[in-house]
Amino acid sequence: MRVVVDLNRCQGYAQCCYAAPGRFELRGREILFYDPAPPNHERAEIERAVEACPVHAISVAFADIDLKRPPGTAR
Amino acid sequence: MSGTPEPLGIAIVGASLAGLRGAEALRLNGYDGPLSIVGDEPYRPYDRPPLSKHVLAGELAAGATQLPNLVSLDARWHLGQAAIKLDREARIIALAGGTALSFDRLLIATGAQARPWPDPEAARLSGVHTLRGRDDAADLRAALVKNPGRVVIVGAGLIGCEAASCCRDLGLPVTLIDPNPTPLARSLGGAIGGVIAGCLRDAGVDFRPGTQVRALEGDGAVRRVALSNGAAIDADLVIVALGAVRATGWLAAAALMADAGGVTCDGACRVLTADGTAVPEIYAAGDVARWPIPLYDGRLVSIEHWGNAVEQARHAARNMLAAPDDQRPYDHLPAFWSSQFGINIKAVGLTEGADSLAVVQGSLAARRFLAVYGQAGRSIAAVSFDEARWLPAYAERVAARRPFPPIRDANDQPAITSLPPGFPPPRAARHHGVAMGGAHG
Amino acid sequence: MADDTLFSQVLDPANRADPYPLYARLRETPVARQSDGKVVVSTHAAIRSLVFDPRLSSEDLPPSRRPRTGNPLKDWFLNPLKDRVANAHRPLIFRDPPAHDALRGFVMAEFGVERVRALHGRVSSLVDALIENCRGRDEVCLVEDLSYPLPVAVICDLLGVPEADEPQFQAWATQLATALEPDARGDEATRRANVAAFDAIASYMRALIKAKRRHPTGDMLSGLAARGASGEARMGEVDLISTAILLLVAGHETTVNLITNGMLTLLRHPDELERLKSEPARAPRVIEELLRYEPPVHFRTRKALGDIDIGGTIIPKGTAIILLFAAANRDPARFADPDRFDPDRPDIQHFGFGGGLHYCVGAPLARIQAEIALLALCRRLHDPRLLADPPPYRPGASLRGPEMLGISITGIT
Repeated sequence: MRVVVDLNRCQGYAQCCYAAPGRFELRGREILFYDPAPPNHERAEIERAVEACPVHAISVAFADIDLKRPPGTAR
Repeated sequence: MSGTPEPLGIAIVGASLAGLRGAEALRLNGYDGPLSIVGDEPYRPYDRPPLSKHVLAGELAAGATQLPNLVSLDARWHLGQAAIKLDREARIIALAGGTALSFDRLLIATGAQARPWPDPEAARLSGVHTLRGRDDAADLRAALVKNPGRVVIVGAGLIGCEAASCCRDLGLPVTLIDPNPTPLARSLGGAIGGVIAGCLRDAGVDFRPGTQVRALEGDGAVRRVALSNGAAIDADLVIVALGAVRATGWLAAAALMADAGGVTCDGACRVLTADGTAVPEIYAAGDVARWPIPLYDGRLVSIEHWGNAVEQARHAARNMLAAPDDQRPYDHLPAFWSSQFGINIKAVGLTEGADSLAVVQGSLAARRFLAVYGQAGRSIAAVSFDEARWLPAYAERVAARRPFPPIRDANDQPAITSLPPGFPPPRAARHHGVAMGGAHG
Repeated sequence: MADDTLFSQVLDPANRADPYPLYARLRETPVARQSDGKVVVSTHAAIRSLVFDPRLSSEDLPPSRRPRTGNPLKDWFLNPLKDRVANAHRPLIFRDPPAHDALRGFVMAEFGVERVRALHGRVSSLVDALIENCRGRDEVCLVEDLSYPLPVAVICDLLGVPEADEPQFQAWATQLATALEPDARGDEATRRANVAAFDAIASYMRALIKAKRRHPTGDMLSGLAARGASGEARMGEVDLISTAILLLVAGHETTVNLITNGMLTLLRHPDELERLKSEPARAPRVIEELLRYEPPVHFRTRKALGDIDIGGTIIPKGTAIILLFAAANRDPARFADPDRFDPDRPDIQHFGFGGGLHYCVGAPLARIQAEIALLALCRRLHDPRLLADPPPYRPGASLRGPEMLGISITGIT
């Protein structure tokens, strides 16, 4: 699984930290540290983090996308 | 059958954030032809911002930074094969290793490289590092783990300061050298840079402002950093953090308007020939693209930041698929972030040319504030230290070129006084991109 | 000329069951001045801009003014002092920075990820037990049976309020929640009742905090009350009490609506209920869409600290502003087919927890409870059907949700 957060958008609401503890962590007042390569078995937690982000800053690919699949089929 | 030759498709040179997001946008916009992506490194596109923070700190492996593909690309990847020459007339790219790649449309997203130490011999001394790519970060991390006696960082821009912050977190003695009176002087000015100077002091960094490095000395390995004031500092490890130069060398023979400051484009991201004509089938995006930014009166800029790589690549991809009479101009509000010394720094706009600065929320003394940059009575940029939630309000004003200072009667607002922002005089004849350059792709 | 009484119609209980047509009319004027001088902001774009605007103040409560008692000592000395203290130490939802940030910082430090995650098991077992209580019945009263007792038990647990004491402040909590309802604020009887409820709950909290300081019990209140390394109180006593009251009231009056509105919406969309049952992984998307479609808090009020220019209109300094979050959530300029409940929409960016500086502190807790409760209800209730649609609503226009939700069932798994 691959995760990237648009830290221009992030405003430190910390919803991801509650949804996927250990993969997202707020440091200081508003510095977000995250694991860009979380294990596949934490998919549910990472999905919750994606959905819960109030500024929709989190993007994720759940697997290295099959390059033969037609475009637009992955979220 | 008609005699139309088989379409060669689109090539993207630069397996970077911009290259990846551009490729995705092409597919999302319905392009289903052949797509080739060329990268000089052997890696799929990866994210740079963590390299100077969490990778140095040892919290992330350099390889963990590979970016997610947000859509399926069905691309041919040519990784570890740098583009070395563009033949514009023949529409052929020569790759290191001998491959020749034909295209009918090209997106240039080669980004930038760390500006090396000017003396090539000294730059080759072991223990002298730059920090730009995945391998740079992995090498530097490996060197930091060996507990160097003293780390000397040359250049107190964003990367230099982030590296200093990391090294202090690791407990390493650090000297940070910069010709300006404060850190971040070019990107944020001396008034804001002074706040980071305070952080450096508190963190125990030996900061040497107003100091030039004359030479890196050693015998095989670096031993000393000689300063222009005659002093010398013993060093086991030197990080050269002097910003970046755009990766345009491979375009030298293509008769484009390209140099170490970028490849010049028109407002729609199409590259310009040496005589200023837009090339209809070649676009550029990300760090490497220099284009007239509408928000700042069409000044030519290249923006070395993450958000621009994403947006400009998407915009260029859209235009690449659009008809010649439907080429939309690219406008953008530049933005970057940095985290250092426990503070989240975010900024929007371009500070270059600012004649005034106002703290509009919080206080510099608390290291928690929002400040706005003004030029001739307009708000041109804003920076927040741990006040990210207020930044959008000011970003909106900067984007609308509202009067300076933009918002009065705000809560937690000190009496607004205008300060000199404290920018150093412009550098002569050295391509340094924009004033905010030097942070994240 | 737009109708300048639309917002008073929103407040009218007759429109509680379906305020959305009124919201649509309000959105036609993104910044709509009402006949009483208030300004209602209802489009997604305008609200997004305003929640980040530092000229909006949350310090808009009318000053506390205790009623005359006839006792001169109280009327001339004690009560004015109490009023002054109350005015200076409002809970953080009624405070601006820097005080807001400091108070919120204390709360967040105690509302840590670990503490919240640790509640998962507790929420699950509470939900199971509450549903189990309905076994043998052919009717469930959702509010009474689950959506009210669940968040109340959770907030008491989290704060460390003994469950046995809880019944006595249910009425106080309901009373104090009227602080969010604009028509109740101006009403003299409500003010008297609020003062009485506040004093009662405050004296309860004062005693509880004292006990927590003597014997910390590992809960949030013990943490908030704990003294620093050098023995100093980290929060002032009155701020501590008002923060504790805020958390308690919020726990009583908001999540109940999310769960009840959620089940109501699923029962109105049986196909979605079935899908959630068969694909529990859909729950996070269902909950975000619920927060858009039927949010637990419909609006919040603010005050303009300066002239605010927005969408070509100037909101003058001092104006009372209503941020109508629930209308923004249904803005067709932002959401395709906004009145359709569709968890598969690609971009559910809602104001269900507000936005900006005052984004709901308890959001993670609400999400956990809603997910566990709705999944269990879908899984365990056999053939659930609404007994009345629309159901009767509680009085609040801001904290809007059904008073009761009767559901017929044929059994429980």
